[in-house]
Amino acid sequence: MTAILTLMVLVLIAISLWQVAKIFEMSQTSKNNSQVANDSDNDTQGKLMFAFLAFLYILTLYSFWAWGDVLLPAAASEHGGEYDSLMWISFALIFFVQTITQALLHYFSFKYRGEPGKRAMFYADNNRLEAYWTIIPAITLAGLILSGLYTWNDIMTVEENEEALVVELYAQQFNWKARYSGQDGVLGDANVRFLQDFDGKNVIGIDATDPNGLDDVVTQELHLPVGREVIFKMRSQDVLHSAYMPHFRAQMNCVPGMITEFAFTPITTTDDMRLDPDVVAKVKKINKIRAENSKQLVADGDEALEPYIFDYILLCNKICGTSHYNMQMKIIVETPEAYEAWMIQQQTFAQVIQ
Amino acid sequence: MSAVEHNHEEEDHGHHKETFITKYIFSQDHKMISKQYLITGLFMGIIGIAMSLMFRLQLAWPEKSFGIFESLLGKWAPDGVMDPNVYLALVTIHGTIMVFFVLTAGLSGTFSNLLIPLQIGARDMASGLLNMISFWLFFLSSVIMIASLFVEAGPAAAGWTIYPPLSALPQAQPGSGMGMTLWLISMAIFVASSLLGSLNYIVTVINLRVKGMTMSRLPLTIWAFFVTAIIGVVSFPVLLSAALLLIMDRSFGTSFFLSDIFIQGEVLHYQGGSPVLYEHLFWFLGHPEVYIVLLPALGITSEIIATNSRKPIFGYRAMVVSIIAIAFLSTIVWGHHMFISGMNPFLGSVFTFTTLLIAIPSAVKAFNYITTLWKGNLQLNPAMLFSIGLVSTFISGGLTGIILGDSTLDINVHDTYFVVAHFHLVMGISALYGLFAGVYHWFPKMFGRMMNKNMGYVHFWVTAVCAYGVFFPMHFIGMAGLPRRYYTNTAFPYFDDIADINVVITIFALIAGAAQLVFLYNFIHSIFYGKKAEQNPWRSNTMEWTAPVEHMHGNWPGAIPEVHRWAYDYSKPGQEEDFVSQIVPLKEGEEELQH
Ligand code: HEM
Ligand SMILES: [Cu+2]
Ligand SMILES: [Cu+2]
Repeated sequence: MTAILTLMVLVLIAISLWQVAKIFEMSQTSKNNSQVANDSDNDTQGKLMFAFLAFLYILTLYSFWAWGDVLLPAAASEHGGEYDSLMWISFALIFFVQTITQALLHYFSFKYRGEPGKRAMFYADNNRLEAYWTIIPAITLAGLILSGLYTWNDIMTVEENEEALVVELYAQQFNWKARYSGQDGVLGDANVRFLQDFDGKNVIGIDATDPNGLDDVVTQELHLPVGREVIFKMRSQDVLHSAYMPHFRAQMNCVPGMITEFAFTPITTTDDMRLDPDVVAKVKKINKIRAENSKQLVADGDEALEPYIFDYILLCNKICGTSHYNMQMKIIVETPEAYEAWMIQQQTFAQVIQ
Repeated sequence: MSAVEHNHEEEDHGHHKETFITKYIFSQDHKMISKQYLITGLFMGIIGIAMSLMFRLQLAWPEKSFGIFESLLGKWAPDGVMDPNVYLALVTIHGTIMVFFVLTAGLSGTFSNLLIPLQIGARDMASGLLNMISFWLFFLSSVIMIASLFVEAGPAAAGWTIYPPLSALPQAQPGSGMGMTLWLISMAIFVASSLLGSLNYIVTVINLRVKGMTMSRLPLTIWAFFVTAIIGVVSFPVLLSAALLLIMDRSFGTSFFLSDIFIQGEVLHYQGGSPVLYEHLFWFLGHPEVYIVLLPALGITSEIIATNSRKPIFGYRAMVVSIIAIAFLSTIVWGHHMFISGMNPFLGSVFTFTTLLIAIPSAVKAFNYITTLWKGNLQLNPAMLFSIGLVSTFISGGLTGIILGDSTLDINVHDTYFVVAHFHLVMGISALYGLFAGVYHWFPKMFGRMMNKNMGYVHFWVTAVCAYGVFFPMHFIGMAGLPRRYYTNTAFPYFDDIADINVVITIFALIAGAAQLVFLYNFIHSIFYGKKAEQNPWRSNTMEWTAPVEHMHGNWPGAIPEVHRWAYDYSKPGQEEDFVSQIVPLKEGEEELQH
């Protein structure tokens, strides 16, 4: 009896050893050779998918924490507030959808990773479900569109009126000029054909035969009185440029051969903006960086960088050639009195061409 | 009977002497042409990515001297410091190469050619000759584009959108001389190539489906390629006409796009044209182009996700309808690139509306992918990882489209790095993932060998982390107001506080670039030394896996198998295996799913 049992046990052990060896051999070949994912690959990769979700969340949080302060600088135009609230609503929505969908995607990739002996569920269709995720985005987007379009019309409808200040922004490779309409409030006609008149003193090509143009004023800096609507007429003499004024949530292309328009009302003077806590913090941060960089420069025998003072900027935002990256103009928003005082010092077109 | 006869003909075919030249170079076999597309596309991809790494170095460490610039750019980088014109040239050629040469020709050319005949059960494309011509035109246009890099004054540098007058006037920028001429010629030839290819795909899908392969049994890959070809045929000719008009303005003194110009001290004679017209023409192709790039990637992903989830693709019909809806809508949204171009603001409202409409089918597709994963038995092969990665970047990038498509919000982020972040995620990276997924998945079909999976895993994970590392922070610098196509940000002290973000981005980009070397090694090594593939390594339902591993002219020995079911009978109850090939007849009493 004992002998038989012992024999059976031995046989069983032999069989199982043989089996283990076979499995080992199989797994060996499949591990080293088959380039198709096996159970252990599925397990590892599924877990990595879940880890990737964590990476996405951490990246997002880190970015907001470290760089959140550079997002959308404080708005300085009347429609800026409206713009910003629309932006933050859209952002919140995107953030919400992104968080959920990425979670589902990566969680499912982890949860349903292949396992030995598992069989997927045969699930090919569900009209109700699909109707939901067609209709819900449709409604949400419709809401966004409607509120967006309302603001769009508001911003883009430029109505000529007595009160508004009319300013021409004139673009050329690679700088900006501004033209004010003078006493009469009307810009004189202009065309590139006139640029060579008066030995090049007619820098933006005003038609000297048009009386409206004689009192026009051409400047290198853009001064704007606070609280008064400004209607910009944009022109370009050579290639496309784009007048981008991020603080005022304003941008419009300058197109040779046509006049484009944009209007906004500045609401914060440059001086006031310099006192804004966010701006103060930003300037401090930038000056710290500049001081750091200066150390290196001075060590190399160069000059130190000048400290930075906040100013509104106008940038070129349409590729226009070599110095596209440096096509800028300073914008100064000031009290009406300061603006008038500055304006009086400027020469009119009639004075320039004399 | 006819099938047998056909077969006989094919055998006769085989007796024709195949020389090295007809087999490997001027081949008319769709499988060889697909490999030619892939290899040319990858070669262009290497150049395009290398360029992006060079200008990323400049952005992170502006005006710093790099030995590599000196050796690669020569006189354009005196003392190793990159010249601003060269920066713009690199950006331009990078964009052009990535969009057209890698992700249009390289992606769609490769997989449409490989899969259309094999998945619909055809012996080859409708016209092998046109197919061959299409490839060689593409090759020629690639050669011209590369040649333009060696022009004295440098290649085109007006951005990949080449808006006139910048692109029209040699005085405006060095790259607008000979470089731009070559760019235009190259693109004109490219368009011709793409049209020939697309027509061939369309005709093949319509006419050459094997018995039983009804339209509603077509795999989603084929639907995607088919519809993509239609969009291409509709929109590419418009780019061609824009290019031709631009050539006329440049060389024959016409004024289609030019008016009232004073440049380099000279008043030019152009009168009455408008650059805005060019923008309309360009974006009439330009926006559909995004979907020409993306739809094939989505088709590939649909197939790979279903196979590797061992589940039917969820909502087959909705997927088809979405593809068609996207195709249709994509031709009426171009104006969202022009909200602030000076066109009538009312048009802006219209384009906002159509643009947000197109978000709906896109959302449906994303949800359907996620649901396909649900309760699956996911086989996480490298191809599957890239497909899941695609869904992730498609969502991340697509969502910011809600901001850019809204005319109001676009005012302040138009042409900033926010846009760069958006389109790289939603189309650049997504389509690139589609390309990688396709290569990993169909490599056994193309080369008869398997790619190494562990290298595939390393490739995916490094790329996935770095892709977000590169493009996620770009949203922040864009919202800070930083314009794109800037050689450096140092001209504005205002942007000094984002310099460190640029460094982070560049470091991620360099690592991502290095990860592509793993792929390249794996790809080349596996062509010669990879493990020999089985006939159906992924246990897939589609027809290409019923053809023998060894390539043969005509794809199947003997008659082409008939099709009896759709492509997605994975884990179907009542079936022993978790997959049932399309060529297996329905069992007695088995119902074909109504879809
Ligand atoms: C390592 C990967 C990549 C990196 C680091 C990268 C980086 C960049 C950056 C920073 C820009 C903007 C430069 C500027 O505006 O000054 C850019 C432009 C562009 N990239 Fe990429 N990119 C990569 C891959 C791709 C891919 C896969 C595509 C395919 C769609 C692509 C298409 C474009 C296009 C169309 C532009 C616009 C070119 C222009 O402004 O004319 N890139 N890339
Ligand atoms: Cu400019
Ligand atoms: Cu678009």
